[in-house]
Amino acid sequence: MANRIPRVAVREQEPAVRAKNFEEVCYGYNREEAMLEASRCLHCKNPRCVTACPVNIQIPEFIAKVCEGDVEGAASIIAKDSSLPAVCGRVCPQETQCEGSCVLGVKGEPVAIGKLERFVADETLGHASTECAPANGIKVAIVGSGPAGLACASDLAKWGYDVTIFEALHKAGGVLEYGIPEFRLPKDKVLKIEIEEVRRLGVKIETDVIIGKTVTIDSLMDEEGFKAVFIGSGAGLPKFMGIPGENLCGVFSANEFLTRNNLMKAWREDYLTPIHAGKKVCVVGGGNVAMDAARTALRLGADVHIVYRRTEAELPARREEVHHAMEEGIIFDMLTNPVEILGDEKGWVKALKCIRMELGEPDESGRRSPVPIPGSEFEIDTETVIMALGTSPNPMISSTTKGLEITRRGCLVADENGATTRPGVFAGGDAVTGAATVILAMGAGRTAARAIDEYLKNL
Amino acid sequence: MFEILTKEMLTPIICRMKVSAPRLAAAAQPGQFLIVRADEKGERIPLTISDFDRQEGTVTIVTQKIGASTTDIIAYEAGECFADVVGPLGQPSEFVKMNPEELAAQRYILIAGGLGTAPVYPQAKWLKEHGVPVDVIIGAKTKDLLIYVDEMKDVCDNLFVCTDDGSYGFKGMGTNMLEHVVSEGHSYTQAVIIGPMIMMKFTTLTCKKLGIPAVVSLNTLMVDGTGMCGACRVSVGGKTRFACVEGPEFDGYEVDFDEAMRRQGQYRAEEAAANETHVCKIGRGK
Repeated sequence: MANRIPRVAVREQEPAVRAKNFEEVCYGYNREEAMLEASRCLHCKNPRCVTACPVNIQIPEFIAKVCEGDVEGAASIIAKDSSLPAVCGRVCPQETQCEGSCVLGVKGEPVAIGKLERFVADETLGHASTECAPANGIKVAIVGSGPAGLACASDLAKWGYDVTIFEALHKAGGVLEYGIPEFRLPKDKVLKIEIEEVRRLGVKIETDVIIGKTVTIDSLMDEEGFKAVFIGSGAGLPKFMGIPGENLCGVFSANEFLTRNNLMKAWREDYLTPIHAGKKVCVVGGGNVAMDAARTALRLGADVHIVYRRTEAELPARREEVHHAMEEGIIFDMLTNPVEILGDEKGWVKALKCIRMELGEPDESGRRSPVPIPGSEFEIDTETVIMALGTSPNPMISSTTKGLEITRRGCLVADENGATTRPGVFAGGDAVTGAATVILAMGAGRTAARAIDEYLKNL
Repeated sequence: MFEILTKEMLTPIICRMKVSAPRLAAAAQPGQFLIVRADEKGERIPLTISDFDRQEGTVTIVTQKIGASTTDIIAYEAGECFADVVGPLGQPSEFVKMNPEELAAQRYILIAGGLGTAPVYPQAKWLKEHGVPVDVIIGAKTKDLLIYVDEMKDVCDNLFVCTDDGSYGFKGMGTNMLEHVVSEGHSYTQAVIIGPMIMMKFTTLTCKKLGIPAVVSLNTLMVDGTGMCGACRVSVGGKTRFACVEGPEFDGYEVDFDEAMRRQGQYRAEEAAANETHVCKIGRGK
């Protein structure tokens, strides 16, 4: 029986080797491995994996094509619902989405849907169809070239719209470029090519344009002739804890640390941007960004601790990243919460003062909330502290655009189709939800694209 | 790509360039800054906007050779292009938002130290154009490091120049010059101080002594310049502020300069190592 085949293990770089380089950790499946893994799928009549996928990729259908060895066929099935499969195959939290709902997972291991998606995408990278409807000459502006913006732009371009993406940084990709490290998402081999495909649809990408500063949404609509705008500006503002010592030298936001390393390529000798890790680093937080910062610091030569106030079970990061981080030798200090950062006489970090925590009652998110144990304070000697506590949306756009409402948490107010409080202006992704995942942002971008099409047809 | 239209060396280590950046020029206001990335491998370097021409679509930047990245920027010639010029960043100067009555009540003294003279220029120009009384003090270590002396004469009521060694103008620092000017009967409602962090710290103290409110423009570390990285964190009145989006101008009385100076030097060890090994690969060096 097909389901007796164990899940096909994916080849990876040895932990001891990869801890010293920025090459991709996971090699992915080859053709034989992919076909064998694909043969495990039971092709359920009511596939729960499809429902669990935020963009409802027809998973059993594409897996059937892989089974037949028809990779191009599989790619075109995925392409109906996803515009960044090589990215999503690598960074989606499959264990809580498609794979988490796989029937095989009830008694054994679920089908490796993410790895199969990645295989299909990698094999067909750069081959996507660039067929578009005839140009209709209607201009649509997209703010931000991250997953939400790229997905929205692709769909609109395919339907014939004249689409321009405005990107504040010097490179397109948003968090995929500045946030996610090379060892998880190779920039030149994968990301650049997926972005090139968006360009090949006729989408123009104007970098170095900060909406709210260089131009405003009002001027795009009133003076430059854009009939609709999609805001996919993400959640870029770092949070800090508000504890004493946070402005000491050697305390960085994960955003700064990762942007220096990823966007500015500080890990490469031939790039000029400096980065400081030192010999010992404490990363505060338990999400994907914390894992990325910790594993980056490790690769820069530091001993790294992750300090997290709950337990391993509550870590919000992808399970694979936690597993990889542990394999690479990162030390997890669980049920530990920083209360102060201590500095030396020169104003540099010398230790992180923490308090032990225990789990109390579940909070509104269903996770048991951590409670400090009185009198349990202790110090961890460290040179560097990296704060990876989450991010919130940048007010630069909402504060410079007439009629755009925001929530108390700074998120743009938008309905289920992405329509904001201002006619013709749509939004989606982290700018609306607060920090979430690549796939949700992509899904929101595509939903908004349909709403924009609707809106423009009825103008 | 952003073409360099003109280039001139104001001193052996300070260079002025006019760069084509139409969108940026159209939006720029006094007090704001921009970021230049010379080429693919360069850093994102924040620089003050020392002039802008909306009609021409140009911005003027003044760069001093300090480290590897500024050396690379200066090595570019007219006709060549920077990979990236982005902005305007930060908030415009406070006076830009004032109404005519508020402006009419002001008498400004702009105090510039070294390279800080370049961003003082558009502020003086704006105030002069709006009929607001404005005097300027330019201070430098020595005569050879003075910039914008002639240009500044046209955009202020009184220009006072001083050098530490007395090789030009008044002998002394900006703080001494300010005390001297005030002792001669000039009075001001507002000072704007732009220069090295240490100069801004001490000039603020002098202003405080003289009872003149002082605004300073902080040149902190930055990566993106849009509030993403937080490298520019500065304590103002005991609160953490991001200089890139909330500044760069803050109430000097409230700024923790000692912390700001320490934070500015955070990458000094890395930079020193880079300067030792850096060979300008741009190949335009003169």
